[in-house]
Amino acid sequence: MSYEYLFFLMTKKNNIELVLKDGSVFSGFSFGADTGSAGEVVFNTGMVGYPESLTDPSYKGQILVLTYPLIGNYGVPAKDKDSQNILKYFESDKIQVKGLIISDYSREYSHWNAVKSLSDWLKEENIPGIYGIDTRALTKKLREKGTMSGKIVSENSDVEFYNPNKADLVKEVSINEPVIYASKNHNDDINNKKVVLVDCGAKNNIINCLLKRNVTVMRVPYDYDFFDHGFDGIVISNGPGDPKMNVKTIENIGKAIEMKIPIFGICLGNQILALAAGGDTYKLKYGHRSQNQPCLIKGTKRCFITTQNHGFAVDMKKMPNDWDEWFVNVNDGTNEGIKHKTKPFMSVQFHPEAMPGPVDTEFLFDEFIKKLNIKNHYEN
Amino acid sequence: MAKKLKMNKPKKVLVLGSGALKIGEAGEFDYSGSQCLKALNEEGIKTVLVNPNIATIQTSEGMAGKIYFLPVTPYFVEKVIEKEKPDGILLGFGGQTALNCGVELESKGVFEKYNVEVLGTPVSAIKNTEDRHLFVEKLNEINLKVPEGKAVISVNEGLQAAEKIRYPVMVRIAYALGGRGSGRAYNKKQLEELLKKAFVHSTQILIEKYLGGWKEIEYEVVRDGYDNCITVCNMENFDPMGIHTGESIVVAPSQTLTNREYHKLRNISIKVIRHLGIVGECNIQFAFDPNSEDYRIIEVNARLSRSSALASKATGYPLAFVAAKLAIGYSLVELENSITKKTKSCFEPALDYCVVKIPRWDLEKFKKVSFHIGSEMKSVGEVMAIGRKFEEAIQKAIRMLGVGLHGLVGNQISFDGIEEELKKPTDKRLLVVVEAIKKGFSIEKIHELTKIDNWFLYKIKNVVDAENDLKKYNLKNIPKEALLEAKKLGFSDFQIARLVNPSDEDMDNNMLKVRELRIKNKIIPVVKQIDTLAAEYPAKTNYLYVTYNGNEDDIEFEEKNSIIVLGSGAYRIGSSVEFDWCCVNAVLTLRKLNFRTIMINYNPETVSTDYDTCDRLYFEEQSFERVLDIYQKENPQGVIVSMGGQIPNNLAMRLFRQKVKVLGTSPLNIDNAEDRHKFSRLCDKLDIDQPEWIEAAKTEDAENFAKKVGYPVLIRPSYVLSGAAMSVAFNKHELGIYLQKATSVSKEHPVVLSKFIMNAKEIEIDAVAADGKIIIYAISEHVENAGVHSGDATMVLPPQFTYLETIRRIKEIAKKIASALKITGPFNMQFIAKENEIKVIECNLRSSRSFPFVSKVTKNNFIDLATKAIMGKDVSGKYNTIDLDYVGVKAPQFSFSRLKGADPVLSVEMASTGEVACLGSDLNEAFLKALISVGFKIPKNNVLLSTGPIKSKVRLLESSRKLCEMGFNLYASLGTGKFLQANKIPCKILYWPLEKKEPNIMTYLAGGKIDLVINIPKSQEEEELTNDYLVRRRAVDFAIPLLTNEQLTKLFVESIHTKKISDLEIKGWDEYKNQ
Repeated sequence: MSYEYLFFLMTKKNNIELVLKDGSVFSGFSFGADTGSAGEVVFNTGMVGYPESLTDPSYKGQILVLTYPLIGNYGVPAKDKDSQNILKYFESDKIQVKGLIISDYSREYSHWNAVKSLSDWLKEENIPGIYGIDTRALTKKLREKGTMSGKIVSENSDVEFYNPNKADLVKEVSINEPVIYASKNHNDDINNKKVVLVDCGAKNNIINCLLKRNVTVMRVPYDYDFFDHGFDGIVISNGPGDPKMNVKTIENIGKAIEMKIPIFGICLGNQILALAAGGDTYKLKYGHRSQNQPCLIKGTKRCFITTQNHGFAVDMKKMPNDWDEWFVNVNDGTNEGIKHKTKPFMSVQFHPEAMPGPVDTEFLFDEFIKKLNIKNHYEN
Repeated sequence: MAKKLKMNKPKKVLVLGSGALKIGEAGEFDYSGSQCLKALNEEGIKTVLVNPNIATIQTSEGMAGKIYFLPVTPYFVEKVIEKEKPDGILLGFGGQTALNCGVELESKGVFEKYNVEVLGTPVSAIKNTEDRHLFVEKLNEINLKVPEGKAVISVNEGLQAAEKIRYPVMVRIAYALGGRGSGRAYNKKQLEELLKKAFVHSTQILIEKYLGGWKEIEYEVVRDGYDNCITVCNMENFDPMGIHTGESIVVAPSQTLTNREYHKLRNISIKVIRHLGIVGECNIQFAFDPNSEDYRIIEVNARLSRSSALASKATGYPLAFVAAKLAIGYSLVELENSITKKTKSCFEPALDYCVVKIPRWDLEKFKKVSFHIGSEMKSVGEVMAIGRKFEEAIQKAIRMLGVGLHGLVGNQISFDGIEEELKKPTDKRLLVVVEAIKKGFSIEKIHELTKIDNWFLYKIKNVVDAENDLKKYNLKNIPKEALLEAKKLGFSDFQIARLVNPSDEDMDNNMLKVRELRIKNKIIPVVKQIDTLAAEYPAKTNYLYVTYNGNEDDIEFEEKNSIIVLGSGAYRIGSSVEFDWCCVNAVLTLRKLNFRTIMINYNPETVSTDYDTCDRLYFEEQSFERVLDIYQKENPQGVIVSMGGQIPNNLAMRLFRQKVKVLGTSPLNIDNAEDRHKFSRLCDKLDIDQPEWIEAAKTEDAENFAKKVGYPVLIRPSYVLSGAAMSVAFNKHELGIYLQKATSVSKEHPVVLSKFIMNAKEIEIDAVAADGKIIIYAISEHVENAGVHSGDATMVLPPQFTYLETIRRIKEIAKKIASALKITGPFNMQFIAKENEIKVIECNLRSSRSFPFVSKVTKNNFIDLATKAIMGKDVSGKYNTIDLDYVGVKAPQFSFSRLKGADPVLSVEMASTGEVACLGSDLNEAFLKALISVGFKIPKNNVLLSTGPIKSKVRLLESSRKLCEMGFNLYASLGTGKFLQANKIPCKILYWPLEKKEPNIMTYLAGGKIDLVINIPKSQEEEELTNDYLVRRRAVDFAIPLLTNEQLTKLFVESIHTKKISDLEIKGWDEYKNQ
């Protein structure tokens, strides 16, 4: 073993680098695919859940820095699927990040449901990973200068910088054709509610949270015209990038608002709902990516710990008068949710479906389901 | 729903402390109580504190509005309530002691009677967590899982329950701390034994399915009155279920849990705290199946705890402070995050480092104690290390223990029977794992034997692999990469030196070579902040650690007038909260003098490591290497080494040699006092007497010396390691045995023998000097004769029995020493006085264990003066420390009941884990208060006497007669009984344990027929010793008060003869005044 170790040390030269747009370079050791990559560099302060985070489509186009230094500890689970054909332990079918930056990688993992190491998984999916980085120093830089473009380069590969916010990322992560996930009650005409899930890069657990509440989910592409189908409400999913890129989706939701269809937006869904209602959004300096964001129900002392992953926010000052600020971030005062004063439209900037992160706000799905009773089946 | 306060904000709040430090209840409650008082003071609320632990910060001036050095028992607390009429009371900041006292007061209707509101968690919720039956019932209501079990009230019922649950089973006690009386039983016989003992401590016992081998996970949960819940920290035990969490190595955050698992347990934690109705802080412990997502809730502690103190220090989140604010009605959203000053307290800290806690044991100090660790807590302290790699943190933590280990590797230690050692863990288990890896055990095999998760084992293996790698190099050819890699894995310069340059025996020099090499290679650690949010927000935090896993410092180093104070390190027997008091007071004075204060300490139980105590806190090793690292970065005006006890004191010379500016007494003179030969020569020169002594390297020399001066002789290893055997030999045979023991502790070092003087008084002086002149001093006397370690002795201030002439002479000697050693700062000397002779037995040029005691009794802050003296400020003045109108008595707290099998007898080796001190208008009053404070119960009916050798029988005759006159029924062992009867004192004679005849002492003790045992050890014969031991041990196991010292017995009998409980005055510290 010690010869192996020696070999490891000998070969352990700084062979891979993260280069930021401002010229700073962080060199470390590769533990992922031997390939270059470029994207927007963002950091997340959550301490658990790398399989969930890496497969979260909201990270599309981004290089993810994890501030928690010990990563890979519990390996990577198998791609088991549940009865609805949804992956049990991942939020989408593949790794969505463009690269992973960490401090200390656990080469040896230990967990009963792990089947491979994080390193093997990254290599399989051709995603580069760097360890041995002072992720705290890197995070401070991103915090002070804002998220910026960066690229992972090694001896064998160099790439161009890439700004994902100009790309149509949602298109890349949304599905192409509608998919139906039938609830247990789907044969029961009276009790079976049906929800359209506008997939802007939906995490699997949004589907699970809805199915758990016995509604049938029709998952549709982000720009899909779903108004011909019978349904009781709309959920707008999370997703990557600048919300304003999703013109068609905003248009569809605008139409739904006119029709008074119950709407529940999550993350990007919050921003799209705000835009559809005539409001505005803006880019945050370095976003919220963590599992410990306190969100207050405005006007109360009731606060929830939420999991978040977003770089843009709703500008509350520009919301029409018939909308209320529902949740607000206790740390920086940014908007965390909006609600229509009289109609069944609501959305949150955080992730009630968690995965990864605390599950304290899952009850919001119940609140949405209750709204479905207001009027049955919207059909054109 | 959430409980709303009846009143708006209380005006006067009573806070209960936890009393003396004991196993299972230690310094962490000084931290939580102090934070609580700070939180209340900020609100303008008047505070009253009951806590007899005089060495704590919380019982210092400016902390509580009013301080009572009284026992935390229902009787005394009710009296204080009656007198003070508070409108609120806090029960959650003084450990199990305060909680139990509060529950009892509530059930007696005391709070209702005096209209006192219990703030924070209501007593009903406390009961739901403490009463196992209610607890299980409550959790069943919300369908949460607890281990299959049954609460029972008799031995028979317990045995029946075990049959149903099936063995092995776990026995747990309601309302107990530190797992007292708990254990596991694999069969009926074992269970019966456990139950019998357990029922002594409690009326209710829980028999549970034993979940050995499951993971043990804890969460610290906070809830406010508005139902907002957060989990501040989760922690994972390195050691699996079956080993008490206080005995386990603990890491934060958890390392082997996935997101689903982490948040599943987090969610359950929140459900539980809501359902139980806790307001404030609680700790919840889980057993977690290593092979599925199955769990069991083990227990909930509805109060601040050892774990919450650890969580506070691990995350930077001030749990106790916040809990106090929530108790008086605030919501989490309203409270600022005191670390970032930008965000709020309603969040969950994100760590960007990992924390390792290791318990510190002192088992070697006890005779006959078992070294195995299990479900009962035995450790006396703990250390916490921070790193950005697990390997880095755990290696730091091992060194912090201060038991002579250098990390996971690089120690000269080996084990026999590895497999057995792995299966039956002892306090050395971590090193056994290392040795097993070295011997080629597979990780799977080690896991199978220990149930320690593979992840941890792999990490340990990384360190072993790195060791093998380092061994291939020497100082000249070691590549920079290998050196850096080793530092990243937490290797100290010492470890590296030992591995790459094993031939150099001068380790000090050897490690300096490594230091030089790595500095030349620019391998220098960086300083990182703990900011609660993993750098997401800019933080003003001063809470720091040092790591090699990083490229840049988080902070800038301003060369202002800063001073480094070295802390006390891990609490251990002999060095405890009193040194933290000294450190904190030194820091307070330095701040008042406008110095920037830098503290280095690594003990999570302390106030000195609190976020707002100093300007900069390095939660770091107090090793030569690390102190030098920090010194070179900070470039302070100097370092104070005289406040934190022996650990920093030992660094003085080595730092001095590296041109570190050591403030106060010169390290050269510290060395003159520490080095036995130099000190002896000094004493001779100054004409100061000391007991004859030699340093003996051979048994022959030792025997010749003993023959010359006459037995008994005192033996101690010259190199004082923890647990070094110090003993008294009465004859050649014993000398032989002890020599063997002493040399096995430190082979390379000779032992020191000195003449042991019998029947002498022991007197101490605590003093402060400036430029060799004494500014202030206090002289205290011991109740017990010399031969009882000064840490175990009962101390009286001002002295009641010492001649003025003796006091005068002691002062003269101290003056001479202070002048000769040019002392500037605190020092302590110990003397023995017999007839007209006064001999010096100890001299320490640092603060001592008794500094808080003498400061608080005399109302002169010795540390404040010492610090000013060290900084060269004016300290002239007249200080009265002798002519007091009251008496202070300091009494030791023993934790023998925790240490299965340990012989509860006083000796030259210190055994107490804590202390209290009380004030009274006379000696008897102060003494009784102090004794009750350490848990002594005043006997009601029956006293067992076994008064030792004939001389002591005679000397105790008067006391025996008094007991008889007071109406006690006396029982006695054969010899004592005959003696008493011959002197016309009626008594009933009982058989010795080994006689196995009835009526037997053992039966009487077990049957609850004896209220007090007086057992003075006598002859050294094996059988007598065993009999005595069995009696003493049984007294401890059955919670019967025990006196083993002649002088103590005399004073006790006299005290209960002159004072009843109701005579003991309820007076605050401020009410004891000098006219």
